[in-house]
Order: sequence, then C-alpha cells, then structure tokens
Amino acid sequence: MAKTESTFKNMVLSLTLISMGASACLGFVYQMTKAPIELSILTKKLEAIKQVVPAFDNNPNDEMFRLPSADGDSLDVFPAKMGSDTVGYAVLTYTKKGFSGNINMMAGFKTDGTIVNITVLDHKETPGLGTKMTEPGFKDQFKDKNPGEFKLKVKKDGGPVDAITAATISSRAFCDAVDRAYNTLQKGGVK
Amino acid sequence: MSQLQNFTKGFIKENPILVLVLGTCPTLATTSSSMNGLGMGIATTFVLIGSNVVISMLSGVIPDKVRIPAFVVIIASFVTIVDLLMQAYVPSLYEKLGIFIPLIVVNCIVLGRAEAYACKNSVLSSLVDGAGMGLGFTMALGILGAFREIVGSGAIFGYKFIKGDGILVFILAPGAFIALGYLIALVNRIKRN
Repeated sequence: MAKTESTFKNMVLSLTLISMGASACLGFVYQMTKAPIELSILTKKLEAIKQVVPAFDNNPNDEMFRLPSADGDSLDVFPAKMGSDTVGYAVLTYTKKGFSGNINMMAGFKTDGTIVNITVLDHKETPGLGTKMTEPGFKDQFKDKNPGEFKLKVKKDGGPVDAITAATISSRAFCDAVDRAYNTLQKGGVK
Repeated sequence: MSQLQNFTKGFIKENPILVLVLGTCPTLATTSSSMNGLGMGIATTFVLIGSNVVISMLSGVIPDKVRIPAFVVIIASFVTIVDLLMQAYVPSLYEKLGIFIPLIVVNCIVLGRAEAYACKNSVLSSLVDGAGMGLGFTMALGILGAFREIVGSGAIFGYKFIKGDGILVFILAPGAFIALGYLIALVNRIKRN
C-alpha cells in the first residue's frame, strides 16, 4: 500500500478518524466496566464498615449522613443498626499527616464512643514500615479503648499509643485520623 | 529473522529493561513485590501487543508528519482500556499499582516499539514483537520484584517464609536501583559469554 502523503487534508482526516475510533472503543469499554467498578467500590466500603462496627442488619450506606469536622471539612458517617437500635457508627475519616500523602480510614465506634475496630482503606506509606499500620499488631491496641480516656497520641508525644518502629510519622497520622473521627462524632452529638 | 527469533529477542538479547534500559521509572517503582511487578508487566504487555498490532495495521494510512500524535492516541486508548478493566475486575491489584497504570502511556518501551518496529513491519511480526517485548519486560519486572520481596520482606507472592523483617532497604527506592544494577550486570555477563 502506498504511503499516504502528508498533505493538510490527509493529516486532519487521519487524526480525526483515529480519534473517533479510539473514542468509540473507550465509550464501549466504559459502559461495560461501569457497573462492576461501582459494585467493587461499594463492596469495599460495606466490607470495611462490617469490619469496624458490631453486627448490624441495616444498609449503612443508604443511611449515611455527614457531620462537620473541626477543621471545616466534613466526614461521612455510616450508622449501623440492629432492628431499630443504633449499635455503632462507622466514620470515613482521613489524615493529611501521612508520611506520603493522605490516608483514608474507616473507624468504627460504639454509641458511647468506644473504638470497635479500625481499617485503613488506602494509603501511600512506605512498604515494610508505614504499611504496618494496617496490621493487627499495631491497630489492635486501639480496640475497645475509649478516646475519652485513652489519649490518641504516641508515646513520644506523651500518649499511650505504641508507635511502629521507624514509622512514627505514620503512627501519628493514624492517631490523627482516629482522633478526627472521634471528635467529629462527639461534637455532632450523635448518640 | 524468523518469528521465533523475533519473539525471543525480547527476553535477553534486546530485553527492554535489562539491555535497552527503557521504561525504568515504572520498573523501579512497581517492583516492591513480585505480584506488583508481574501485574505491571502483564498490563504493559497487553498495551504493547494492542498498540503494535493497530499501529502496524494503520501505518500505511497515517501520514508521516502526524504519526507521533496518532501513535499516542492509539496507545493512550489501550492504556485507558487496561485501566478500566483492572479497576473493574482486579481492584486490589489496581489499588497497588495506582498511578503507574495510566503512566504506561508515557512508557518509552511502548512508543519505542511503535516507532522502531510496528510502523515498518507486518501485523504478524508486530504482534510477535509486542508479545516478546512485553513478556521480556514482565520477566524482568517479575525477577526484580521477586528478588526485592525475598530479600526485603522475606516473602514470595505474599507468602512469608521468614519471621520478622528482611533488609528493608530493598523494598524502598534505593534497593530498587541496587537490585536493577546487579541484574543488568548479570545479564551483561551472560551476554558476553
């Protein structure tokens, strides 16, 4: 096949056609993957909620509400209910104090503010160091503690939390996110 | 050159990472574990095969002066397809590789093969070339990832075989450079003999 000459008309025409073809393909793939992507995001969220609050039988995602946090932002709160009684709250919280970038976490509290469990949703901490915050060895020390009396500070800062060796910044960030969730929930007066 | 030679050249003789030393950015960044390295390699292989085939099919129609933008549009489309597919069907791997999936667009291996090979050769040869180069890339990333995971965290494919930590520096960025350097030295040694 003879090579198409680089005239203005040919160049415009070929680029337009290629772009149109590419857009059509992308549109098709987008339509195809839209539902699975939404589903996987929702499953992940529900899975995280399930891990951090006591057993529930409602759909916390449908009853989600927002509470303003101290620094002018707002956090998503997912109430977990058994029958008509609220058994706990899962708070989608974050911190900007991570070693590299934001950390998003789901923190679960009982109605009196006691921490049930915490799970890290996404982070960019150093593998092998900061990533240990996602492991039970570190985060289990928060279980069944009430931040009212259990100060969310690492030992270096005068608190009771055992920081991860060589990852004090990540440990501090973890505390910061849980603290934000707790304070927001308390200030919101949710009982 | 036979198709077999064409296929195998990507593994040692013209390995994109170990010999051509192209695309080192994703190589260094994503090989902190064997699984991540392989995942990145496979994603890149898919893009390479796809873009090589389409570009060699269209090479007669694309005018020379606009070939680079045309290639970039084609490559970017394949990358977005991989991005969406991974997000939908392997969300856990997608999360780990994160920004490096969209960045396959600017991986020099992909554009390099399009420019140096696909636009001058037949569709079949380009397909074989893409597959060989992609698998060579995957192999290099897999070896590098496995090595760093074994030494750095005492595990392979997430399965821990020693208690405690390994030599942490191998999980971090400097370890990537050290490991890649030694791997390239080893390949050079093999090639010389």
